[in-house]
Amino acid sequence: MTSAPVLQLDNISKRFGAIQANDDISLSLAKGEVLALLGENGAGKTTLMSILFGHYVPDAGTIHIEGSELPAGRPRAAIRAGIGMVHQHFSLAPNLTVLENVMTGTEKLWSFKSERTAGRARLLSIASRFGLGVNPDARLGDLSVGEQQRVEILKALYNDARILILDEPTAVLTNIEAERLFQTLREMARQGLSLIFISHKLDEVISAADRVVVLRGGKVVAERRTGETSKAELAELMVGRRVTRPVREASTPGAVVFEAVGVTVTDGGQERLRDISFQLHAGETLGIIGVSGNGQATLSHLVSGLVGWSRGDIMLFGRPVTDVSVESLIDAGIGRIPEDRNKEGAIGELAVWENAVLERIASPRFSRHGLVDRKAGMAFAQEIIAEFDIRGGGPSTRTRLLSGGNMQKLILGRNLHDRPKILIAAQPTRGLDEGAVAAVHARILQARKEGTAVLLISEDLDEVIGLADRIQAIVKGRLSPPIDAQSADPRKLGLMMSGEWMSEAQHAS
Amino acid sequence: MRLERRDHRPLYLVVAAPVGAVIAALAIAGILIALAGAPVFEAYWRILTGAFGTRLSATETLTRATPLMLTGLAAAVAFRARLWNIGAEGQFYLGAITVVALGSKLLAGLPAALLIPALLVAGAVAGMVLILVPLWLRLRFSVDEVVTSLLLNFVALLFVSMLIDGVLKDPLAFGWPQSMPVSDHALLPKLVARSRLHVGFIIAIVIAFAVYFLQSRTVFGLRSRAAGLNPAGAVFAGVPLGMTLVKVACLSGGLAGLAGAIEVMGVKGYVTTDLSPGFGYSGIIVAMLANLHPIGVIAAALFTATVFVGADGMSRALGIPTYIADVTVAVSLLTMLIALFFTQYRIRR
Repeated sequence: MTSAPVLQLDNISKRFGAIQANDDISLSLAKGEVLALLGENGAGKTTLMSILFGHYVPDAGTIHIEGSELPAGRPRAAIRAGIGMVHQHFSLAPNLTVLENVMTGTEKLWSFKSERTAGRARLLSIASRFGLGVNPDARLGDLSVGEQQRVEILKALYNDARILILDEPTAVLTNIEAERLFQTLREMARQGLSLIFISHKLDEVISAADRVVVLRGGKVVAERRTGETSKAELAELMVGRRVTRPVREASTPGAVVFEAVGVTVTDGGQERLRDISFQLHAGETLGIIGVSGNGQATLSHLVSGLVGWSRGDIMLFGRPVTDVSVESLIDAGIGRIPEDRNKEGAIGELAVWENAVLERIASPRFSRHGLVDRKAGMAFAQEIIAEFDIRGGGPSTRTRLLSGGNMQKLILGRNLHDRPKILIAAQPTRGLDEGAVAAVHARILQARKEGTAVLLISEDLDEVIGLADRIQAIVKGRLSPPIDAQSADPRKLGLMMSGEWMSEAQHAS
Repeated sequence: MRLERRDHRPLYLVVAAPVGAVIAALAIAGILIALAGAPVFEAYWRILTGAFGTRLSATETLTRATPLMLTGLAAAVAFRARLWNIGAEGQFYLGAITVVALGSKLLAGLPAALLIPALLVAGAVAGMVLILVPLWLRLRFSVDEVVTSLLLNFVALLFVSMLIDGVLKDPLAFGWPQSMPVSDHALLPKLVARSRLHVGFIIAIVIAFAVYFLQSRTVFGLRSRAAGLNPAGAVFAGVPLGMTLVKVACLSGGLAGLAGAIEVMGVKGYVTTDLSPGFGYSGIIVAMLANLHPIGVIAAALFTATVFVGADGMSRALGIPTYIADVTVAVSLLTMLIALFFTQYRIRR
């Protein structure tokens, strides 16, 4: 692209206390270009974009938009200059309609006249121009996450954004929604908008961006055209060393330790899981694949003891059980990694040691006569920290201060420390950077090697292919028959996830 | 300029927040005193001497602090678990009237060593029963307990009003709506002769330490903190959420009921509808000033009692309405909320 850059960042530096978040970063963006900003968690991507949008004032460096300098630290100036930001956590009001959300901040506070009619027409014309269909009168809270993101994008476009910044836009989307989003982004670029999206996912960077800038430790370490690079190269640039995800070794599965036969779960008046059957063998990993929102959450809640079932049988170590509670599972030696580590996996305001023992606080190991044995709890946490290489704090640190990867290691550690017979892992690496993913995978593989039966529920296909011995797909609350992971190829798995086996099953019956 | 969440809450800030809040509140109330045409510093001096200047006034301040400590603890333990019990006032009155109902006739024959503990327990149980109603509505129908527990205050007060004008009315009270007195055996021993200060003050302080121990060292304490901080996370960890809230509610309602029982048995001996000048509501302020810390509640209750008692003396000396006490305490709640905010966030440019 030979035209002058729309956006030019020169020598941006920003320091928070001891951390140099951005170190002399320069980059430029051309008109009609899609630029990916790639980096691990903590590489400085979000800080850089926050500086661009005026949330932070840089310690040094300048920003030019279409040749004129942007005053630092003024979000309003950034908006006026044509920068639009789509945040990872949307800044929208769920109780307002789409139109109201989009128009918020555009109307004069003291004006009696509403500009709704004009605003509606403008919104609809922008929506049709970029193929972003929305109902302006829908209440935002009723929309899916993907639709809410569309509203956030429309809001930026409504404010005449010519440079759109998207912070980890696919973190909350399903695969299909993500694909649609990238189609929209390409269309916007074709119409002359310039886009920057922040990501740590290599696949989407390669497929959606024209150019990629790799950040590591607050510095630009590389810049590549996506056509001239590969996933392996980007991964190495991003992490700074060659990362190899650990590989599964062959194993001989042992006895069946957990079995569900024809289990149906009804929750909130809706059938969430229907007639599902699966078996977990000692020393073997069963992977559950599927597009997000097909019942994975309910499945992991079922096997974590959070919801009951209305029909079917569950056998634990060969014995039928009538009721599964969190307590009974923990007593039976079952480790559980929840889908959402911030919401369910840990209580951020409690200390690391308190989170380490909370599940088993009633056991005589950590309490006596209702009194907490702090010493035992601290010692237990210290062991986990050492064994699982948790960095960024000790037993008394508030858990909130740990990074995502270290928090996940804590959750993994408290479950694996005592060699559980069964491990339930729901989305165990969601949102983690490559280094942390490799560490988590190694731990899961090691547990399997030591005879733990693992149920891995994941939306990351590579993860399931890499870790699982057998694979089942979850579609609309139903489970496909298992296939051997050896015989799995992406095409076959794609068909499984689309529910093609359902019609077969109907023909058979 | 933007706000940034603090990673660490340094200890000096935890102490500085309430102290700064109180100073700011006094400064703001000082503007009102100045507007009323009185010398500000003298007014505050009068408040201090009014509260602690003589042996009598000091005992009076401590007497006033006693129910505030207990209602403050009631609010603090509930709020810690995100149970918004605004009904301490009603629980206070129900505890008080229960003591009268049992201690005036029914159990009046018992010796003091049995009667006093029995009545204290009965008052606490009455408070528990009253808070279990909003809690049940919350657990069963997700009804907001802020509204229900608040409105129950009026139900409780009117119920007490009905009783002391009816079956529990004192026939010797010349027609005043006043309950029968409790038996003399039911009165709490005095701490200081010829004053109103009674052993309830010691009981309240002991209970504050007991609550601190309960919260920081027991399984129940850890679970209730977990439930308050992150209900979903607590459920995942196997904390029985409903049962934990029931226990917290019983503790909270019980403390408020106990406050009412102790006030009757320690100070008045009977119940009128002005037994409490809003102890239940002031307890909320005390709890907030203490940042929900049980030991902090002791200091916060003393401060609040000082302002209330001292304002009487100031009012007499300088002719300023005693409402300045209400204003000072109310403003201190607002300044404390602001101060707490700054212990969690810092301003960055």
